[in-house]
Amino acid sequence: MSLAELICPAGTPAALRTAVDAGADAVYCGFQDATNARNFPGLNFTPDELAEAVTYAHARGTKVLLALNTYPPAGKVDLWRHAADTGARLGVDAFIVADMGVADYIARMYPGVRLHLSVQAAASSPEAIRYYCENFSVKRVVLPRILTIPEIRQIRREIPCEIETFIFGNHGLMVEGRCSLTNYLTGQSTNMDGVCSPASDVEYVRDADGSMSSQLAGFTIDRFGPEEKAGYPTICKGRYAAPHRPEGYYAFEEPISLNLSRLLPELIEAGVHAFKIEGRQRSKSYVRGVVRAFRAAVDDIKAGREANIADLIALTEGQKQTQGAFETKKWR
Amino acid sequence: MIPTSEPTARLRPGEGAIARLACLVLQPVLTRVVRRVAARHPSLFARLGPHQATDFLIDPVELPFALHLRPDPQALVFRAVPRDTAPQVGATIRGRFLLLLELIDAEQDGDAAFFSRDLEISGDTEAVVRLRNALDDIDGSLAEEASAMFGTPGRTVLARLRRAYPDATKPREYA
Ligand code: SF4
Repeated sequence: MSLAELICPAGTPAALRTAVDAGADAVYCGFQDATNARNFPGLNFTPDELAEAVTYAHARGTKVLLALNTYPPAGKVDLWRHAADTGARLGVDAFIVADMGVADYIARMYPGVRLHLSVQAAASSPEAIRYYCENFSVKRVVLPRILTIPEIRQIRREIPCEIETFIFGNHGLMVEGRCSLTNYLTGQSTNMDGVCSPASDVEYVRDADGSMSSQLAGFTIDRFGPEEKAGYPTICKGRYAAPHRPEGYYAFEEPISLNLSRLLPELIEAGVHAFKIEGRQRSKSYVRGVVRAFRAAVDDIKAGREANIADLIALTEGQKQTQGAFETKKWR
Repeated sequence: MIPTSEPTARLRPGEGAIARLACLVLQPVLTRVVRRVAARHPSLFARLGPHQATDFLIDPVELPFALHLRPDPQALVFRAVPRDTAPQVGATIRGRFLLLLELIDAEQDGDAAFFSRDLEISGDTEAVVRLRNALDDIDGSLAEEASAMFGTPGRTVLARLRRAYPDATKPREYA
């Protein structure tokens, strides 16, 4: 059986302590800048906060993974190199990277620190994954959310590194690390600036009938009726009118979260080493609830008991959940 | 700060007078609470960044008044205001009183409350996100902290409030 490590989100020092106390095997976090893909206002860590966080986590046997998973614009690599230097100095257990230049820098400068390949690298074939392993000594790949369990099992046989999959949280559908939808509307890049649908460009407008419109850079992304559940203002989950669907429809994906709790035993059996819970932008309450639920489930499975996973629907986007491609490629 | 969010004025007959009286009574309490929170949690202001100067309206829908917050460490404002005289603000956060209290105490998840439409925000979304993240980085319960400042009477009021809204105040455990 695989180690089935639980990799848990930490957007703030308090959330990190919450995740550690709730049973995380590892927490992942980022600095307050464009070096990570949750560069949200008021979120993330200063170097001093990360130093304290590493001490807190290590004292309790929890690893700290530093996300440096955005792509430096050409000629602007210093911010990423400096972040890697700081992370190594503070004793993080691994870097999560997407960009080959960043991977190369860390592999050369800090060969003793593990490299994990971010989902943002979109490496989904054995050939691509092996390339990162051979050239940058990557120890683990976080797989894109486009593979079925039989495909994951097959990849596992053909690569020399560990596999991590997402198990709960936001369900983005574009090719990971390549989506330019936000860039198109706001001028900011998810992949280089670290933010999809920047809050500064988001506005919620309440209409007289109690409906709510979510707008990004002045474009309406969705309009929710008075009783309708809402979602994030991300373009991939917008509801649009088109000539063939004038009533409006979810062109790419509807507001929904990934929840693989029921597939957990099968994923462990397929050789997945680690399970990632998405949500560094979420609250301590979310972190506590989701980490506890999956901690209990993983422990049950490891002990040979049937996992009785808690109901997490209240925490899902649009209060809807899916098993996405992990269950079938026909999910949309 | 450019005002972007209109206060709501939906007064029932007689509510204006009640609201004004409640605001008068509450004001010394609110001033003490906000000063204490600011003194004990200075890191809050760093996360607020430029939005220390933003005016927020926190609007508990079932109470006869709203709360005006400007989290400027040099000139803190936290005051109860009758809705009909609420100032124009940068951002408004609206929901049931106990939900708002639970969000401050990280017993509820703000995104989940937003998805379920129990929480409504308008105006400057970045300001709200910063305030949320700043408050979420505080360990422990601000409600407990504030009530403890007023000794037994304070704790009694909080306990009564929680009893009055058992569903809203019960720590929401998902596990
Ligand atoms: S628009 Fe959707 S797919 Fe694209 S970066 Fe944002 S969440 Fe991901």
